[in-house]
Amino acid sequence: MRARRKQKLFVILGMVALVAVAVGLTLYALRSNINLFFSPVQIVAGDAPLERQIRAGGMVKEGSVKRDPESLDVTFTVTDYVEDVRVRYSGILPDLFREGQGVVVVGRLQPEGWVRADEVLAKHDENYMPPEVAEALEEAGYAPEDYQDKAAEVGERLDAERRVDQE
Amino acid sequence: MLIEMIPEIGHFALIIALLMAAVQACVPLAGAATRRPLWMAYARPMAAGQFAFLIVAYACLTASYLLDDFSVATVANNSNSMLPWYYKFSAVWGNHEGSVLLWSLILGAWTYAVSRFSRELPRDMLARVLGVMGLISTGFLVFVLATSNPFARLLPDVPSDGADLNPLLQDVGLIIHPPMLYMGYVGFSVVFAFAIAALLGGRLDAAWTRWARPWTNVAWAFLTVGIALGSWWAYYELGWGGWWFWDPVENASLLPWLAGTALIHSLAVTEKRGAFKSWTVLLAISTFSLSLMGTFLVRSGVLTSVHAFANDPSRGLFILVLLGITVGASLLLFALRAPRVSQRTGFAWLSRDALLLINNILLVVMTVTVLLGTLYPLLLDAFGLGKISVGPPYFNALFVPLTVLLCIFMGLGPLAQWKRTHARTLWRRTWLAGGMALVIAGAIPLLYDGEWNLRVSLGLAAALWIVLPMLRGLLDRMRQGTSRLAALRKLSLAYWGMLLAHLGVAVTIIGVSVVANYAVERNVRMGVGDTASLAGYTFTLTELGERRGPNFVAETARLEVQRGDDDRHFVMTPEKRLYLATGMPMTDVALRPGPLRDLYVAMGEELGDGSWALRLQYKPLVRWLWLGALLMAIGGLLAVIDRRYRRAVTARDPERAALKNAQEASA
Repeated sequence: MRARRKQKLFVILGMVALVAVAVGLTLYALRSNINLFFSPVQIVAGDAPLERQIRAGGMVKEGSVKRDPESLDVTFTVTDYVEDVRVRYSGILPDLFREGQGVVVVGRLQPEGWVRADEVLAKHDENYMPPEVAEALEEAGYAPEDYQDKAAEVGERLDAERRVDQE
Repeated sequence: MLIEMIPEIGHFALIIALLMAAVQACVPLAGAATRRPLWMAYARPMAAGQFAFLIVAYACLTASYLLDDFSVATVANNSNSMLPWYYKFSAVWGNHEGSVLLWSLILGAWTYAVSRFSRELPRDMLARVLGVMGLISTGFLVFVLATSNPFARLLPDVPSDGADLNPLLQDVGLIIHPPMLYMGYVGFSVVFAFAIAALLGGRLDAAWTRWARPWTNVAWAFLTVGIALGSWWAYYELGWGGWWFWDPVENASLLPWLAGTALIHSLAVTEKRGAFKSWTVLLAISTFSLSLMGTFLVRSGVLTSVHAFANDPSRGLFILVLLGITVGASLLLFALRAPRVSQRTGFAWLSRDALLLINNILLVVMTVTVLLGTLYPLLLDAFGLGKISVGPPYFNALFVPLTVLLCIFMGLGPLAQWKRTHARTLWRRTWLAGGMALVIAGAIPLLYDGEWNLRVSLGLAAALWIVLPMLRGLLDRMRQGTSRLAALRKLSLAYWGMLLAHLGVAVTIIGVSVVANYAVERNVRMGVGDTASLAGYTFTLTELGERRGPNFVAETARLEVQRGDDDRHFVMTPEKRLYLATGMPMTDVALRPGPLRDLYVAMGEELGDGSWALRLQYKPLVRWLWLGALLMAIGGLLAVIDRRYRRAVTARDPERAALKNAQEASA
């Protein structure tokens, strides 16, 4: 009987120790591997850290996509219709990447203020403004009127052009 | 006229199914509590009736899709008259409403299966099991009817055509992936119901485990196949050749799988040794709760992905409440009743029991780390503490070392004996296998590309450490019998199932470590006549063209691929499609599959001046990932058809057996 109790105690102690170690490691790994999200307004204001992986998001500005004629390098501007951030990327853009559409860029902010993207994720959003970006703008003190009309106007114009293209 | 009636018939059938589920939930449970045989006898006919009416409802919805009845809102939003019939058929579950209906239908099927195949169960146990499943079914059917009615109509303004199915979902993998996954998720409701029934009845014996085990195995096998199909689909459909992204949606399916794997092993100990009883019950509750949580995460719109259909917050809230009630009530019941079912059984520290305990702890730790990484961003967001995402590095940093650790114990487990094993016996059985695993694993990367790669070696060593001791065990057993074949024939199917499933794990691990470290990818800019080389293959772009499909137009490329200096070549034709109804572009990948490597070509974008961005990939052993999963699933199913699960009751319970014989004689 006593031996069994002892065994049970060891099992419980062992489990508690393991779980503690696991949670500790987990939190450590979490801290070094989370990517925070920033909108162009926050990046221009200097809120985003340099040389650390971040996620930046907004809309791809009209007429800003420039491809290098020789390679797969591409540059474009991400905007929240208040501030702009230039992005450089080398590789293939996702299917849903379009001017005037929402996009999330995973990459590092350079000291000169542009972002070197490791990954570009296109977001299909009917609202002409991804919710994260809208929230970030609100926190930065912008009223929705400051950018929403502009965003909607651009979105609708691009939609109309696209419709004409398809027909 | 008749066509317009179909959705209404389906709607009525769904309501009747809900009422039957409610009866199936309340009457047998009350009957089991008050020991009224008549009330308990309600369970089986209600299960059959509920299933029948769910089939009618589901068939009606499918008919509306196939007949292009765009007066039904879900059909108008997710189908199109140009859609081929097989995608119309699968479009039924390609949206929130239909997929919840499918969930309910599958739950009905499992309930009916339990009522058919568990006639041998004691009456009160069967009543409780079916009653608990009826409760779950009631919850889901109320959810369907109250918040996501698939039969809602768009009357009188019927659209002339539908908005079409998301092009990403127009694919064979997607026809079978959701039903398989749901069979797994929902299948765990059976062992959950068994666990709750055991707690309610205060009885959990070896016979109980023998009933619960086959159901758990089948559900687990389906979930394994479902996850593998999802990974395979992501691989060829998303156009960038990844097979696991640690996306919250994937994690949602991995969580119940990990818990379910722990459950299968814990059930083994409970059956053989009568130990870990309350632990098994807790795992059964957790596994099903994680399945529910998976459904909640994926369907509620909390996560943005192809899977997130629901944008209506009331739906998310409803599933959350359902999840809360299920988890809360079952944990409360567990706290109150678990002491009644638990039993003390001693075991030595070096024994199969102890090794399986370690296996369970490791699997639970893995589950917890994945759960934390998945929920952490959602919790931060919910409390307004910022928007973050947890990337693959986090999961890899924790999951990979834990898997290696798990493999070490997996190698030892099948060789150890129950209750007590001598260290010397274990050493004698494993030293050779261990040494060989290390030597072979160390050498193979050198043979492969001359450059030693620690990760590949580690993966191979782990896989060989699982396989070689199993082979050794088989050889030992062959020597014991009168003849080798006779000795092999004496092994139970359950044992073969275990071997096969463990072999599957090893195959998957080899696939993962090789493809993750040796895959080569090149993004190139190519015009007609340009060539590019990759991993010893030469790709030549010979032609660019256009093609019209049933509901899309495509730009096509034709590449001739040559291996080394070989004169023969083969052709690969990737496409870039534009789906007409939605205006959505889609990459259609060209694949050259093989047992040892896949070649993968995807079209990126047109770069002006007639050239295209192309993504060329060389993926060694990538098929092994899914082959391993298939072996695991087959192993799980093989264990189910083991004889001992079928003759269990009559041997155990002579009184009941006699009664049954008497009944049969009189009938």
